[in-house]
Amino acid sequence: MTNLIWLAIAFPLIGVFINGVFGKKLGEKTNGWLAVSMVALSFIIGLLAFLQVPNLPEHQQTVDLWRWITIGDFDVHFSLLVDPLSMIMTLVVTGVGLLIHIYAIGYMHGDEGVSRFFTYLNLFIASMLILVLSDNYLGLYVGWELVGACSYLLIGFWFFKDSAADAGKKAFIVNRVGDFGFALGVFLIWTTFGTLQYSGVFEAAGTVSTGVITAITALLFIGAIGKSAQLPLYVWLPDAMEGPTPVSALIHAATMVTAGVYMVARSNVLYALAPQTSMVVAVIGGVTALYAATIALVQFDLKRVLAYSTISQLGYMVMAVGVGAYASGIFHLATHAFFKALLFMAAGSVMHAANDVIDMRRLGGLKNKLPITYWTFVIGGLALAGFPLTAGFFSKDEILAKTFEANIWLYAIGVFTALLTAFYTFRAIFMTFHGEPKDADVAKHLHHETPVMTTPLVILAILSVLGGLMGLPAAFGLPNWLEGWLEPVFETMHRLVPAEAAHLTLGTEVGLMTLSSTLVILGIAAAMWVYLRSPQIAERTAQSAGWAYNLLVHKYYVDEIYDALFVNPARGLGKFFAKVVDMGVIDAVLVDGSAKTVGWLGQIAARWQTGYVRNYVVSIFVGAIVIGAYFFLR
Amino acid sequence: MIPTAWYLLLAAILFSIGAGGVMLRRNTLVILMCVELMMNAVNLTFVAFSHELGSMTGQVFVFMIMTVAAVEAAVGLAILVELYRQTQSVNIDDFDSLKG
Repeated sequence: MTNLIWLAIAFPLIGVFINGVFGKKLGEKTNGWLAVSMVALSFIIGLLAFLQVPNLPEHQQTVDLWRWITIGDFDVHFSLLVDPLSMIMTLVVTGVGLLIHIYAIGYMHGDEGVSRFFTYLNLFIASMLILVLSDNYLGLYVGWELVGACSYLLIGFWFFKDSAADAGKKAFIVNRVGDFGFALGVFLIWTTFGTLQYSGVFEAAGTVSTGVITAITALLFIGAIGKSAQLPLYVWLPDAMEGPTPVSALIHAATMVTAGVYMVARSNVLYALAPQTSMVVAVIGGVTALYAATIALVQFDLKRVLAYSTISQLGYMVMAVGVGAYASGIFHLATHAFFKALLFMAAGSVMHAANDVIDMRRLGGLKNKLPITYWTFVIGGLALAGFPLTAGFFSKDEILAKTFEANIWLYAIGVFTALLTAFYTFRAIFMTFHGEPKDADVAKHLHHETPVMTTPLVILAILSVLGGLMGLPAAFGLPNWLEGWLEPVFETMHRLVPAEAAHLTLGTEVGLMTLSSTLVILGIAAAMWVYLRSPQIAERTAQSAGWAYNLLVHKYYVDEIYDALFVNPARGLGKFFAKVVDMGVIDAVLVDGSAKTVGWLGQIAARWQTGYVRNYVVSIFVGAIVIGAYFFLR
Repeated sequence: MIPTAWYLLLAAILFSIGAGGVMLRRNTLVILMCVELMMNAVNLTFVAFSHELGSMTGQVFVFMIMTVAAVEAAVGLAILVELYRQTQSVNIDDFDSLKG
């Protein structure tokens, strides 16, 4: 079955072809179910291959499809890698993707561009699978760019809205900055190792100087900063919420944005050999987690709260892979995919019911109107906050425990962020679902929930609770299945960089867990106090802490700073080149100038053309004499 | 025996007269005649050198040129007749429709 893993990529591409070419004729229903069935087939193939992995020699198999590029000694094959890590990613992408596809049938119902939407969505699934299944850095890069293109297309799906078109461009351009670094990293890998295949690179990594490895990893990480929305390139993700909600759930929460974390975990050998880069990775992750969480505290757009929490959670994952806890990063990636997709889709359900109103100040009291959405949102929120025994609890605590081992300050940031996370998550829940309806207009025209949208919510809610079983804390003597599963992926790394066996004692781990659980419950209680019991506290705090509140509401003025530092100078430069260089120099001097010069020379030459035959004859004679004289006198 | 140089001198004089006529005269008919004159000056040099060098090549060339000159005169005169019909003039200065 592992040999046929390419079918997992091929099926969504078939969907792309059929929906892309004949989509309009097939009708909305066929479009949706075709796309869903293609992803379902992908998922089944992924699942079968996943079950085969333990039987494979060394738990991995390379599926060489064809020789792709051969230029001199540059030789890249299009080949796929089936191993524990790529299979986990495949299952997350196709599994969560499948549920989101089903949900999208309900959410996109009645939209004009349904066939286009499902074409892009299938294309995204295929691209993401290329990214995670490739066995070399070039394939990874191709997938990396393809998902970026799909993200652009889907953010700007409603391109007739200026804000959506702008957001699409912003995402694409900001990602370009990161991708530039990533491409340089791939070039450097090629010049250093002479191969782009993971296995070849990792085998040879021990023989290369630390400086080169540090440069490679740093360049690759610049790509991850862009794709996984870390400081300072996170600015595109909140704006990406302009896209349809299934897109936010699939691409900008569950899968694409985790590509950076996957890339670092995949390159674990290189990062383990470059402690300086890893330190930078961990610090950027931690700071991003805290930074985004503070912004999420004061947002009023439900989807933006979730967007900032995504950035924050991605920060956790990046911090995890930065401190060398690669398996924990992947664990959180998987659980986060469950609960964040759930939260986004529940938010989409609210939007769908409330006629696209997403401002929490106009919602409220939806608890009884949308019961399934409410309960699944609460479960997702509990998992996001890391409430004990939910999936998010286990994965986040594993990251925090590993961070505690590595760096106490980062741990402090992480645990404080957990408190903020609990607070803003439940602030959103209370503002949206509890209290009285704040806008009579919205309350009156509320739609009902439909099964096609609520079924995926329920499934994801179950996963958000049970997903933690993948990685129970080993310190308690519980089986941490995921860590054991991923172990073969990190074998080379452990061989090259022997790990210090300084594991936490049981007591410390229990202490850490108690501390974070207490903070989470404290955060939820605080949100309950502020937003349910006495809402005036929030307003009073906002007023008394005026400047700090303003700073957060305006997202630390980062967009304005970027406008001033990069966007406006670039625009000015563009204007300069357009007005002065193009119109002034190229157009006026070079183009018009050459035409004028030719005309002027023509006018001069035309004087010789007198029309008197005798003049011509004279010139013929003079010429003949000159030529004759030349040969005669020579 | 007249020296070859004299033949050449005569040819040069004839050629100059022809060239001067082409450049100075306005009557197209006269210009054509002057062209013939120049051609015959060249013929004279060919014959003179042929005699001087004892080679027949120059004389063969002369026959060739005389044939071409006959053809050229026929074509030239035909054009001239047609030009006269169009413009009622044989003045070369009236034929200036190619002027830039």
